[in-house]
Amino acid sequence: MAGHVDALYFALVAIAAFFTFLVSAVILFFAIRYRKERNPHATQIHGSTALELFWTGVPLAIVMVIFVWSAVIFFMQTRPPKGAMEVYLVGKQWMWKFQHTEGPREINELHVPVGRDVRMIMTSQDVIHSFYVPAFRIKADVLPGRYTSTWFRATQPGRYHLFCAEYCGTQHSGMIGEIIVMDAVAYDKWANSGVDGSLASAGEKSFQQYGCSMCHRTDAAGRGPNLVGVFGHPVLLDDGRTVQADESYIRESILNPGSKIASGFKNIMPTFQGQLSEEEVIGLVAYIKALGNGTVNAPIPVSEPNNGVYPVAPKAEGSDAKSDTTANPPAAAPAPAKPAERR
Amino acid sequence: METTNLSTEKKTNYLNADYSIKSWLLTTDHKRIGLLYLASITVFFLLGGIFAMLIRLELLTPAGDLVLADTYNKLFTMHGVVMIFLFLIPSVPAVLGNFLVPLMIGAKDLAMPKLNLASWYIFIVGAGFILYAILTGGLDTGWTFYTPYATTYSNTNVVSAALGVFITGFSSIFTGLNIIVTVHKMRAPGLTWRRLPLFIWAHYAASVIMVLGTPVLAITIVLVALERLFHFGIFDARLGGDPLLFQHLFWFYSHPAVYIMVLPGMGIISEIIACFARKRPFGYDFVAMSSIAIAVLGFLVWAHHMYVAGISTYAAMIFSLLTFFVAIPSAVKVFNWTATLYKGSITFASPLLYVFAYIGLFMVGGLTGVFLAAVGIDLHVTDTYFVVAHFHYVMVGASVTAFLAGMHFWWPKITGKMYPEFAAKISGLLVFCGFNLTFFPQFLLGYLGMPRRYHAYPPEFQVLNVLSTAGASILAIGFLLPMLYFAWSLRYGKDAGPNPFNAAGLEWQTASPPPTYNFEETPVVTWEAYNYDEIDSPQKGVEVAG
Repeated sequence: MAGHVDALYFALVAIAAFFTFLVSAVILFFAIRYRKERNPHATQIHGSTALELFWTGVPLAIVMVIFVWSAVIFFMQTRPPKGAMEVYLVGKQWMWKFQHTEGPREINELHVPVGRDVRMIMTSQDVIHSFYVPAFRIKADVLPGRYTSTWFRATQPGRYHLFCAEYCGTQHSGMIGEIIVMDAVAYDKWANSGVDGSLASAGEKSFQQYGCSMCHRTDAAGRGPNLVGVFGHPVLLDDGRTVQADESYIRESILNPGSKIASGFKNIMPTFQGQLSEEEVIGLVAYIKALGNGTVNAPIPVSEPNNGVYPVAPKAEGSDAKSDTTANPPAAAPAPAKPAERR
Repeated sequence: METTNLSTEKKTNYLNADYSIKSWLLTTDHKRIGLLYLASITVFFLLGGIFAMLIRLELLTPAGDLVLADTYNKLFTMHGVVMIFLFLIPSVPAVLGNFLVPLMIGAKDLAMPKLNLASWYIFIVGAGFILYAILTGGLDTGWTFYTPYATTYSNTNVVSAALGVFITGFSSIFTGLNIIVTVHKMRAPGLTWRRLPLFIWAHYAASVIMVLGTPVLAITIVLVALERLFHFGIFDARLGGDPLLFQHLFWFYSHPAVYIMVLPGMGIISEIIACFARKRPFGYDFVAMSSIAIAVLGFLVWAHHMYVAGISTYAAMIFSLLTFFVAIPSAVKVFNWTATLYKGSITFASPLLYVFAYIGLFMVGGLTGVFLAAVGIDLHVTDTYFVVAHFHYVMVGASVTAFLAGMHFWWPKITGKMYPEFAAKISGLLVFCGFNLTFFPQFLLGYLGMPRRYHAYPPEFQVLNVLSTAGASILAIGFLLPMLYFAWSLRYGKDAGPNPFNAAGLEWQTASPPPTYNFEETPVVTWEAYNYDEIDSPQKGVEVAG
């Protein structure tokens, strides 16, 4: 990626230098050639439409080429390849908190394997920050209240600067860290040493602790949608719209459940705004995401008294219907977290 | 009009008509109001300059050792707020525009003289709030007031500073309105639109932006204050707001505001090149229309400040495309200025040297804007010193240099006195060299990855920062020198006479300094703009001056 950006950058440097020197040289030449001593009388020329069109058209053509070139690079920069490993990031005044899906957590340091695509899923718990790794030529703002993402693939082991690029208060210039790129073997060793459990298993604990499993059951009887297999699929909403169940949608549905109601369900879920830390939300997102691809166990159906106040939720049409095919058999205890093996 | 003997007799002019303080503070004369603005913005320029020097001194070493982090954050914030809202925005339109627009179109005054005076008072009141914020602990949000930092997290005087910016906004709306109405209604008989000086076209375009854009900033600031004081959930995500909404609203004004600061300066450049090349500007219609094109396109590119801020990929693409378009009218201007020199009869007077410096610096500023328009590159260099260097090239390298060029060109008209030409050339050279030494290294710093607004930085960036600080010292001398010799010229300068540069344009056909109502009798325009052929042909020369 750095190579693509640099190629365009130096092409632009060449174009800019060419025009700057050309115009400067022409100005200097005219200024000397037509100085008053040598050319006492000016020749009046009112203009030339042909010339105007020429020097409107040529720059326009050049910038259109640059536009297409840079747009292609931009697509590469903003579209993470499929199968990228994922790292969650919470920015706060003034530190970077990373969570690997395998479980390790880090502050101001991020270990990644060389040659792997790494997708960052980022949010802030206070002001706007910006995740900037100059060596990888990437930057993306980290916003409170939503997820943004970016990705990179490090090609050389080593340690690289991580800067906060969006002014965030007193210690803005101290909000720096390092990306530590390791070879794959060393990374695996690092990632699996002394870890209590995967991020998804931490999310599963929250899922039980906050009572999510009471309603989001894996059988048809839940008051909330069955979440198995939801992630990554379109969800039909009760107003007829369809949304993609991505990280942002899951997050919004936890913190502001009323904003998008899955079709066939009632707006009965309480908001968890202010009750969950960003880290807990990330755990829940990772858990629900893992429910989709069968890498963790589905929630234990809690035999919960259906007192009839709430209607037994019908199965929603659309994506929710898919869930029954992918659910793991509701096993007893959650298996001690195996690091989620990702493609 | 007996302009020929105006230079010899001592006449009543706008300066010596009345010496009382009241006559200045209650004046409705656009020329005196222009000078009130000049005095005010000079003070603010010095203040902003002091902040800049402290910033550069802090960055001399990688460690944050000269001032505390909080102090540094306040310094760059107050540098930005003072320089943009209290210096750059009013600089050319409210000083030279105020002074020259009525003179150039053969009018007695602006269309609404009392509104003009009111706009200065509003400016001073707004500036007072900003100064109050500075004196009572300062402001640390960055001049951009990004939310939710500004609304929830900053512990500084956001509300009073924001109120100051809000109030000064009205002063700029009134100035813009006055210029628009004046150009429409007050032109001398015979002065058709296509006979207008390009200075007027540029001011007209900038005034349209002031009138249409500034209210959006005012609304945005009110929303920031409401959220900060009463916790309305507009921008803070925790209150249900959207932090990106602020950036959209803010840049909807603040990007066009760049053109408020740049366009009037472009008008100055066109006037000076024409005069010292003794030619009508090449492609008058295209230069005039490019000002309008810049004003229109300028409103459609605001989100290019937000490529990495979390807007969608396709939105970023569209804004990138539109941003490339806005490069074209700027390029057209540069090519036409260059072509104006062709077969001219060129005198290297100090205003023209400033213009050459302007063109060089504006080209670098404009072309690096093309880098930033390219989304793929912007992702890497935005929010770094590359952006800092880019906008200083445009705002200082272009706008301030144009302002200085204009001050050198019209100083004899404003005061009736000539400044020392040699000193002016030296200062022009110092500004050009000092400026490049200050800001060119910052492009390299940005490309290497040094983020902006950093109080301390990794040691590998030090060499370039030292160069930049060294350049800033030279630049400071280049800026102080004109203040000294302009002041000197008031007492010791030679009398300028009505038209020392033998320039075209109605403002040169009255005395220097002009009488209170500008012209002894309203001029009737029977010639095209920039009639340098008639002025320079010996048999007509005297006649045209009358």
